[in-house]
Amino acid sequence: MNQRKFSIIGTDKVRKEAPAKARGEAIYTDDIKLPRMLIGKIKHSDCAHARIISIDTSEAEKLPGVKAVLVGSEAPNKYGIVPQAPTETALAIGKVRFHGEPVAAVAAVDEATADRALDLIKIEYELLPVYIDPHAAMAKDAVPLHEDNKYGNIAYMAKQDFGDVDKALAESHRVLEKTFKTSYVNHVFMEPHSCVARFDDNGDLMMWSSTQVPHYLHTMASQVLDMPMSKIQVTVPTVGGGFGGKGEASNNELVAALLSRKSLRPVKVTYSRKEVFFQHRGRHPIEMKIRMGVDREGYLTAIDYDGIMDGGAYGAWGIIILFYTAAMLHLPYKITNVRFNAKRIYTNKPTCGPMRGLGGVQPRFALESMMDDLAIMLGMSPYELKLKNAIDGKHDTVSGVHVRHSEYKKCLTEVVNRSGYLEKHQKLPFGRGVGLAGGYYISGTAYTLYMSYKPHSSALIRLDTESGVTLQCGATDIGQGSNMVLAMMCAEKLGLPYESVHVISGDTKNAPFDLGSFASRVTVAAGAAVCEAADKLLAQLLPVAAVHIGCRADQLLAGNGEIYSKFEKELRMPFWDAVEKYIDAFGPLTATGSYTPPRRTGEFKGGNVGHSPTYGFTAHVAEVEVDTETGEVKVVGYNEAGDCGQPINPLSVEGQVEGSIVMAMGQALYEEIRLAPDGRIINPNLHDYKVPTMRDIPHIKTYAVDSYDPDSPFGAKEAGEGPIQPTIPAILNAVYDAIGVRFTELPLTPEKVLQALEEKKRQEGLS
Amino acid sequence: MKKLLTLEINGERFDVAVSPATFLVDVIRETVGLTGTKKGCGIGDCGACTVLIDGRPTLSCLTLAVACTGKSITTIEGLSRGTELHPVQQAFIDKGAIQCGYCTPGMILSSTALLAENPSPSEEEIKHGLAGNLCRCTGYVKIIEAVKHAAETMAKEAK
Repeated sequence: MNQRKFSIIGTDKVRKEAPAKARGEAIYTDDIKLPRMLIGKIKHSDCAHARIISIDTSEAEKLPGVKAVLVGSEAPNKYGIVPQAPTETALAIGKVRFHGEPVAAVAAVDEATADRALDLIKIEYELLPVYIDPHAAMAKDAVPLHEDNKYGNIAYMAKQDFGDVDKALAESHRVLEKTFKTSYVNHVFMEPHSCVARFDDNGDLMMWSSTQVPHYLHTMASQVLDMPMSKIQVTVPTVGGGFGGKGEASNNELVAALLSRKSLRPVKVTYSRKEVFFQHRGRHPIEMKIRMGVDREGYLTAIDYDGIMDGGAYGAWGIIILFYTAAMLHLPYKITNVRFNAKRIYTNKPTCGPMRGLGGVQPRFALESMMDDLAIMLGMSPYELKLKNAIDGKHDTVSGVHVRHSEYKKCLTEVVNRSGYLEKHQKLPFGRGVGLAGGYYISGTAYTLYMSYKPHSSALIRLDTESGVTLQCGATDIGQGSNMVLAMMCAEKLGLPYESVHVISGDTKNAPFDLGSFASRVTVAAGAAVCEAADKLLAQLLPVAAVHIGCRADQLLAGNGEIYSKFEKELRMPFWDAVEKYIDAFGPLTATGSYTPPRRTGEFKGGNVGHSPTYGFTAHVAEVEVDTETGEVKVVGYNEAGDCGQPINPLSVEGQVEGSIVMAMGQALYEEIRLAPDGRIINPNLHDYKVPTMRDIPHIKTYAVDSYDPDSPFGAKEAGEGPIQPTIPAILNAVYDAIGVRFTELPLTPEKVLQALEEKKRQEGLS
Repeated sequence: MKKLLTLEINGERFDVAVSPATFLVDVIRETVGLTGTKKGCGIGDCGACTVLIDGRPTLSCLTLAVACTGKSITTIEGLSRGTELHPVQQAFIDKGAIQCGYCTPGMILSSTALLAENPSPSEEEIKHGLAGNLCRCTGYVKIIEAVKHAAETMAKEAK
């Protein structure tokens, strides 16, 4: 093991903001109240697909207390996280494409007045056919949601072909073909989106927002408001979770800014829970037809993937997610023949987008289910088949992705040993079963979402005898603990207490550039920037200390608040004395660091997607009990073994893994946004949209396998998106083990289980 | 027509003018300015708005403010004793039970009420007692550990 000795890294440090959160004193965006602040509210479309004939705002404008009314034509610039293909406007222009689409907005002195004003806005619609099913939307005579789209309601198409899939399948010992369907699920972060916008007398815009990506919001606000980015500042108060759902500009943010410009007063727009469901950006439902082959020994021969992604009304992250789905087929198993053929379809429902583990969760569900089936067909343990095919310590995929470090095999073996999988699989009584599945995820991307060669992360550290250690980095803490991770790395490097590092983050003006919190990128990318800045600081400081101590600078180390010689213990001086001497002689002591991921690409469409500096791996074993009378599936035991490199804070890694498992368990068993045929959401609330409660969770045991990526900052890799990948197939494989039924559609409701059990009984009666 | 009423929150009296249809959560957050109480769903499903009314955990988004006169309301800001955190707050911090923190105030108040009624709850009793408080970050595991830990601390303190 090449792990070094650390004093701070690898310890369960308490997050510095935790006491304020426990006291209720942390300030979230909706807690902000500015002088003269107005409340902004949005009028939503009450039909799912229609032309807007007219909008009459005159009555609303006359209502006392209303300070501004806004319609779409006042902000016609389209925006999108992928700037080459923007599809959205702040408010609908000309037509609406889903029930709940923002059409108009008001700013008023209080919420009640704003609500009354919304009621006074009269909108006349001409109804168009509603498509909530992607197949209907693809029909030849279907009315296109976006008239300027080239291929009707097919937003994007993608084809990738590696090796010779047809030949490999023809020569396979066994070939399995199955169709899987995933459901329409939302992130359900606890804090609804909120934004406060204020223009000052110089025409500069300040935005406080609950975003994961202040930088991308910054770019999109600039586009929509037609203002230079230098006149806009985005700052992020405490954020109540995101999971991808706050990973691009949302309408409330743009509307708040536009209303503020119009009313010349600060405006706050906070969503209700229903509006969160309208904003959506949850996981794409995908219908996946997959063929998978295997040879006599159980080695995978080919994957042939055909997928239809239900995209909802707008583009958003769609094309990126489409190509991520392609990239995700190639790992964590060795496979050389892979074909991907997929489309993303526009439908009349709230837009799908990035959700924790994007691109991977749906295909992982299908592939890990099929691998179990194939193993059982061969009379082999799924563990044996998965271990046989698992990648080794380093791996290059046929698509050109390079994995520099993997302990995936260790994850499989550890989780199997710790859960007693082999002793239980196919050996438990009817109604009880265990399931194994594995997965992986990127630790950041190789490319920005627009063409750019700048570093993805940057950090500035300032050492000052008065203000101490200040670490500035644009990375955004959305509750995952990135401020803590970066402060721990900075403290470890400088040999100072973790508590002494002050972090300024999540701000486009007061902190240096960072892309944002998505794709599990912060620990590796922003971490590397922080480490580089700290190394540069020491490179400036140590020679000064060396003169004072009387030794060579390259023999000095920083630790325990001192600078000392690694050879002679008595040669040492207090860290802050050295800082003082440096500042006396040379002035301010600061250093910057940055991180640019290695560039890799493939000579094919989507070839930039899927490359990451390094990858995290994980394997899960679920144990379930199926109530054959009620059809209820209960997860009764859960084991995970993960390779996240060196855990920076083990307690926080456990929190990420446990949270991932429970979120995926919701998608496996309970969660689904349901739509009426007219496109209305039937359950846009947490009463009818069921997320797991504390009563639903099994006993969960997580385990970090011994791992250290020598090319990563402190050996670390991602920990918060890999662990959501295997949960669904682990549970469904366990259900197969319990009752012998392979389920291919999510969520696995009691109705589906009962129906399948009846069908099984009927089949068995016939035979 | 607004009504003038006096609410007792965290031992202090607040004179507020509210419409009869106003919910307690909005009075606490907007009128009184105690923003520690969170609003996550607005219809009593998520538990983020939980406050204690005469010691009982109550969803303030379903409770009319006018119905709270003469009662003692405790919000998350009223739980600690000055600078000293309540053992439940301390346990949540120490056990890693706080990530984004949005469910935390409600979760801590529900836990406090649970422990007041049942000082040494089993895991099942904790799960039952806190099933009305949703958390999407932690997967609940660390929260359960925190409540167990708080129970132990409080038992030691009581001795």
